[in-house]
Amino acid sequence: MSTSTGSLTELKRPLAERLGAALRWETGLAVVVILIFGIGSAASPDFLTGNNLFNLGLSNGEIAIMTLPMTLIVISGEIDLSVASILGMSSALLGYLWARGWPMPAIFVVIAVVGIAAGAVNGLLVTRLRLPSLAVTIGTLALYRGVATILLGPNTVSNFPTAYTNLGVNAVPFTGNDITYSTLIFIVLAIIFGVVLHATPLGRSIYAMGASQEAAQFAGIRVKRIKTILFMISGFICSLAGVLWTFRLSTAVQNNGLGLELSVVAIVLLAGVSIFGGKGSLIGVVLAVLAFAGIQNALLLTNFNQEATGIVTGGLLLASVFLPTVLGPAVGRWLRRLSHT
Amino acid sequence: MRAVIAPRRQQRQDSGAGSVRLAERVSRIRESGILAVLIVFVAVTTLVKHRFLDTSNIQFVLVDTTVFALLALGETMVVISRNVDLSVGSVVGLSAYLSTDLFAQHPGIPIPVVFLAGLGIGLACGLANGIMVAAGRVPSLVVTLATLYIIRGIDILIVGGSEVDASSLPNAFLDIPKDTIGGIPDIAIAVAVVIAIGAYYLRTYRSGRDLYAIGSNPEAARLAGLPVGRRVFTAFAVSGAIAGVAGVLWGAQYGTINSTAGTGYELQVVSAVVVGGVAIFGGSGSVTGAALGALLLSTISSALYVLGISPFWDQAIWGFLLLLAIALDQTITARLTAALRKNARSRQ
Amino acid sequence: MTRRRARKLALALPIAATVAVAACSSSSSSSSSSAATNTSSTGSSSTGASSTGASSTGAAATGSLKSGLKVFVIPKNLGNSYFTTADSANSGGAISALSSLGETGTETSGNSATPASQIPAIQAAVSRGANALIVSATDPTALCPTLESAMHRGITVVTYDSDAPTCRSMFINQASTAQIGTSEVDVLAKEIGDSGQIAIVSAAASATNQNAWIGYMKTELKKYPKMTLVSTVYGNDDPTTATQVTQGLLQQYPNLKGIISPTTVGIAAAAAVLDTSKYRGKIALTGLGTPDEMKKYVSDGTVKEFELWNPASLGYLAAYAAVELASGKITGASGQSFTAGKLGSYTVGADNTVLLGPPFVFSSSNISQFNF
Repeated sequence: MSTSTGSLTELKRPLAERLGAALRWETGLAVVVILIFGIGSAASPDFLTGNNLFNLGLSNGEIAIMTLPMTLIVISGEIDLSVASILGMSSALLGYLWARGWPMPAIFVVIAVVGIAAGAVNGLLVTRLRLPSLAVTIGTLALYRGVATILLGPNTVSNFPTAYTNLGVNAVPFTGNDITYSTLIFIVLAIIFGVVLHATPLGRSIYAMGASQEAAQFAGIRVKRIKTILFMISGFICSLAGVLWTFRLSTAVQNNGLGLELSVVAIVLLAGVSIFGGKGSLIGVVLAVLAFAGIQNALLLTNFNQEATGIVTGGLLLASVFLPTVLGPAVGRWLRRLSHT
Repeated sequence: MRAVIAPRRQQRQDSGAGSVRLAERVSRIRESGILAVLIVFVAVTTLVKHRFLDTSNIQFVLVDTTVFALLALGETMVVISRNVDLSVGSVVGLSAYLSTDLFAQHPGIPIPVVFLAGLGIGLACGLANGIMVAAGRVPSLVVTLATLYIIRGIDILIVGGSEVDASSLPNAFLDIPKDTIGGIPDIAIAVAVVIAIGAYYLRTYRSGRDLYAIGSNPEAARLAGLPVGRRVFTAFAVSGAIAGVAGVLWGAQYGTINSTAGTGYELQVVSAVVVGGVAIFGGSGSVTGAALGALLLSTISSALYVLGISPFWDQAIWGFLLLLAIALDQTITARLTAALRKNARSRQ
Repeated sequence: MTRRRARKLALALPIAATVAVAACSSSSSSSSSSAATNTSSTGSSSTGASSTGASSTGAAATGSLKSGLKVFVIPKNLGNSYFTTADSANSGGAISALSSLGETGTETSGNSATPASQIPAIQAAVSRGANALIVSATDPTALCPTLESAMHRGITVVTYDSDAPTCRSMFINQASTAQIGTSEVDVLAKEIGDSGQIAIVSAAASATNQNAWIGYMKTELKKYPKMTLVSTVYGNDDPTTATQVTQGLLQQYPNLKGIISPTTVGIAAAAAVLDTSKYRGKIALTGLGTPDEMKKYVSDGTVKEFELWNPASLGYLAAYAAVELASGKITGASGQSFTAGKLGSYTVGADNTVLLGPPFVFSSSNISQFNF
């Protein structure tokens, strides 16, 4: 996805400088999140209740989880639009195998393998055949959704045992009734992905290959292998999200998760991650998840035109690209002028 | 500066002419490729079930294709310039409701006026997209994803729970998708003509060919003095306007219009365009190919129904074809690039 | 800032955010539980007699109904004119009944008729202090965890139009399920002379109400040995999908004689497809439709007869039932009865279900009298 030819100096940009640049949008985003939560709690006394935050986690947990591997993929210069279809395919598999009497642990293994394989297909098509990931993942979006449709047809499977559906709807024990399993998984994964992205050589390589694939290759980074692994991780995580989704609704149906990929991409872009690759941070993604979920929830709670959800999300998305390119340099110039006086 | 460049440009044009012919020939091969797939599909299906080629089936396929073929035309122009327009589905929805609502609010309004209104609504959306992408120099994927949300949100805000019913629409309007000449639906012919005009424009006019240059290498195009901003802006404006007209046709086709019209169309259109041979990163492809891609999509669905194969295989087959098309195009592009480089080198 | 400190900051922020969120939630969880007990104390009362603070307008028959209740009406999705009629104030639907009783009624839901889109709206209603929920279920079981947790908090849960049988106190059914199913088949049989291939264009594959009706349709079909049901297709209450599956039927079964579409979106889409001289009169279409959407097709002969009920009455009745339940006047058990304002009195039947009445048959002779 990166269009610049780049040079070796791109790689040498100190982490602090890159983090400094990234933090500018993230600070703005943090302000936005605080605003949203502020307005939300002012408009409705129910906003900051534990119950509501629990519901927030329930409705957005799976989407939030899917944004994490997507972030790494986009920073590396690619994109994965098949995420919702992998979720749907794993949900369909879960229903299909369960209806045929497979034991749940075996089903989990199959789903994990299929998810990784689905990601591997994406990765190999992008790295070995050198096909553009935007087009490839539109293709696999249709293909995997198609597999889900073939598996289940118009049928729904809903007789999952409560021991498992509880994973989808209950709070994690010992955490005070407010944190869903999906939220907990998101927090844990966010920390892991954050550490990998910002504090390991692997993370630095991901930024490098996003900034310039050729330069990264010349620097000895195994671009193809890493990208393929990123797609495989995405496939695995999306399958996990599919399992959580199915248990939350206690229903496996072919159209589970239909259309979610746009929300996932929107959140990642909202976080300030550049669509061209090489820029972005995981803190931004966490903040963007909070913003996205917060908006929807606040509007639902106040019934103030819940249709306006899309408008607010779209507006924020526009701000996320315009403000840094327009406001950022302007502010920078103004600050520099101040420091000279 | 210009005097120095002009003679050089002439020389480049001479050596470029051969490359252009080569590129065009490849484009035509790609188009015939998708035409071949279409023919094979139709042939095999007809062999098994003769009635696949019944006039009623053909009419279904053609009418179903019209909205998508129109959207594919606009989308192709945008994608060729290395951009993407994800807001088309939302534009169709907004235009479908607002334009057909005119019939409900002002009974007796002439049908062409309603079409113009739809075009205007779409154009407004396209202008907004165009300004942001061209002037703001921000990635079109982000901008049009945002406008996808915003326009749909505005649509829902305006429409709420109401809808336009078939009884508010004049019979002449609802008959538009149904009238046929010699068994072929009128609108299919009309859309085919529009596509032909679009294809001719892109191939012949400077402003059309500039889109290919911009898509191949935006920086080089800028340096060569092409009005990149203006071209991209126009492409989005046209895409929006076409989506607006497609919205009016949507209303005529379905008869009942609420806030869900056109939801999810964007990815279908982009995939039709990619199957049709338009490279996702721009620089190559044709409108004819994209329209054939949209036609292939409807044909597959219809074939599955006629053959009695579960329509649930539709998506998977489409996904597989998409991947095949992308892989094929990449191979063709690689070979073509090598051939062009050889061509250019041999001329120097 | 040094590299190390920058890195530490990068790690600290998400952790801090999480801790902050957890802290907020734990400090207000006590207030949320007290809110819940407040809700339950106003929402339910021991017996119906002399409840404190219960004032209401209207006749003495509603004298002991609570007022000031927060009621949320949650249809399958927003933007569907059938539900808009059932729920809104101007059409005399659920919210108008609620206002006349002195309650606050709000309509809320998602935009696509799926559980994933409906559940957040239900949860938000609970968060907003709902005393009662009136829900048309997108799925018989997927909503249960949410609805059951609402009932645990003392919130009255009533379903209307489409049931979630195991997780509600009452179901307001528009008409006898059996009667809808059988009458649809009978109407179509009459139109096609009791013989031929027929198909069904339904809504979502998981929709409780449509599936229940289809079950009865299949049973009734046994009375017509010369009629065969060749296919059931699902339009998902989406015009594009419904149109495509209808066209698919026509392509797959060239000898099709009749179509039943027990969903207003489906019958409208199917009518648009059949509305050409080629099919009009050759393929009969019936089902459940709204008069407004069907007017054109009835007037040009594409559809001869179709059924429905008055959605506004359905919503109105559901509202009264919910308020009766929430006021503790009834428990929803069969045999109990209550008065639903201008609709008169109703008795709860088996499975805690109340029937609105028989389905109404629309045709060219009466359709002009209706405006919904």
